[in-house]
Amino acid sequence: MEKFRFLEHTADVKFQAFGKNIGEVFENCAIALKESICGKMKVHPEKEKKIKIGGDDFESLLYNFLEEIIYLLDAEDFLISGIKNIEIKDYNLKAVLTGDNSSDYEFTNNVKAVTYNEMFVKKEKDFWTAQVVLDV
Amino acid sequence: MEIKNISKDVYEVEKEGNMNVPSRIFASEKILENIKKDKTTEQIKNVACLPGILNYSIALPDSHQGYGFPIGGVAAFDLGKGVISPGGVGYDINCSVRLLKTNLEKKDILGKEKELLEILYKKIPSGVGRGSPFNITRKELNKLLEGGAKYLVEKGFGVKEDYLNMEEEGCMKEADSSKVSERAIKRGIGQIGTLGAGNHFLEVQVVDEIFDEKIAKEFGIKKNQIVIMIHCGSRGLGHQVASDYIQLMEKEYGFGNLPDRELINAPIKSKLGKDYYKAMCCAANFAFANKQLITHWVREEFKKIFQKSEVKVVYDVCHNIAKFEEHIIEGKKKIVCVHRKGATRAFGAGRKEVPKSYREIGQPVLIPGSMGTASYLLVGTKKAEELTFGSTVHGAGRISSRSSALKNLNGEEIKKEMNKEGIEVKSGSIKSLAEEAPSVYKDIDEVVKVVDELGISKKIARMKPLIVIKG
Repeated sequence: MEKFRFLEHTADVKFQAFGKNIGEVFENCAIALKESICGKMKVHPEKEKKIKIGGDDFESLLYNFLEEIIYLLDAEDFLISGIKNIEIKDYNLKAVLTGDNSSDYEFTNNVKAVTYNEMFVKKEKDFWTAQVVLDV
Repeated sequence: MEIKNISKDVYEVEKEGNMNVPSRIFASEKILENIKKDKTTEQIKNVACLPGILNYSIALPDSHQGYGFPIGGVAAFDLGKGVISPGGVGYDINCSVRLLKTNLEKKDILGKEKELLEILYKKIPSGVGRGSPFNITRKELNKLLEGGAKYLVEKGFGVKEDYLNMEEEGCMKEADSSKVSERAIKRGIGQIGTLGAGNHFLEVQVVDEIFDEKIAKEFGIKKNQIVIMIHCGSRGLGHQVASDYIQLMEKEYGFGNLPDRELINAPIKSKLGKDYYKAMCCAANFAFANKQLITHWVREEFKKIFQKSEVKVVYDVCHNIAKFEEHIIEGKKKIVCVHRKGATRAFGAGRKEVPKSYREIGQPVLIPGSMGTASYLLVGTKKAEELTFGSTVHGAGRISSRSSALKNLNGEEIKKEMNKEGIEVKSGSIKSLAEEAPSVYKDIDEVVKVVDELGISKKIARMKPLIVIKG
């Protein structure tokens, strides 16, 4: 199954991510964000960070989740490699982010922020799709 | 949807549905065709639906699809009924441009371009995350957020004339650091004096054409002179301020009635609206200080090669910002809240906001081209105050996406092309050279021609790049 796909946008980065359940679609959004930050570069899972995020609906939960990844890069030099043990219940998310010190890698980060522009998280039959526009 | 031509280079989208006012697009026919290709028109119509919007929502000739507001978008709001919107300012609050002039000419730096590129690149951090060698305590950062460029000048990183020749004199006075979150502070504290990535840059340029000798002289600009242009913003601190207040406004007001969730806003007179404005001012001051530190470093590095070099500030313009300004609304003078997202203030002569040294001429307007192409120095006009709430373009404006640029363009090739033109370039990633290639932007010469013909700013000089540092 395709995990995510980048779509055309004049100035910013727009992607859709897919999943068989809500956890999987959120995880694939995070990987699409990682790829927007540093491309397909291999990041070693040297460190782990437990996160807890809340929201008022799936969109705000996704916004806050992705924003945390951007925040950790700026504030704690933490560059994400992947996600483990993601659990989503009642618009609350728990997960373990794996990653490494960003200063050990050479890359250019364009991503400034997550936006709500054209954002959606939806379920059709048993298939989840999320769409995100990043300000770059 | 009907787009009506109402005069040369001015188009109107009639009021329909929930729009409170019509929308206006300022563009040549050629540029309008590009603007029509993406969602710019839909986005200015969405902006026209916001409460308290005055006259019309605006898309300037460099406009393209953004999030919420388009980039190259301007809207003014009534202080009583109107709103302030973080998405209408943008995440990179006070993403802005500063122009420095030197006492050097092109012949002085010929043959030394590579050396100059290397020392500037080494000194000024660009690219990802942290990496500023400038250390500051939390307490001092609060002072910087409230003092802007002036704070750094008082610490010895510049001279008084620097901030006197900036928009807002390099400090938005309503800044209140208690309105900035801990998260925003943590993102910004290690980033003062850094360019960042994306379309941010530092260029050493040469003045290659003068269009108005008299005004150029007043700005201290002459042919063959070496100047430096810096484009960067408020980095992670500004991005986080925007994000924080978007979330607070959602909680307070909901987003149910909005055509785009990114247009979340608060009444200007509400506590939350006022708090956002004070935090936005802090981020704007961070951006002024950011460029002030870079200016200081540019001076130091230039001195290493050119002992007698002098580097002075011409001006510093804000791009992503909300401002309280006096404009004529239905024949009456009125203070309104102008949102400029990817747009530049362009006030004419006489306005109190224009620094004393330029008040009789009008405000300098700085318009960078895309990487490797010309940039322009213009002057603000009364006409801009009549047509666009005293606003003009902020650059060339993109026409195609970063992903298609990466598919179709090769960073190495672009670098070679630029070298052939006599431009030295260095970037944190070769990929960003492809993403910022001139062919993904509108033609800057065409964009500037349109604003000059419209009269919303007038051409003074053109600069060509010699050295380019991309984030």
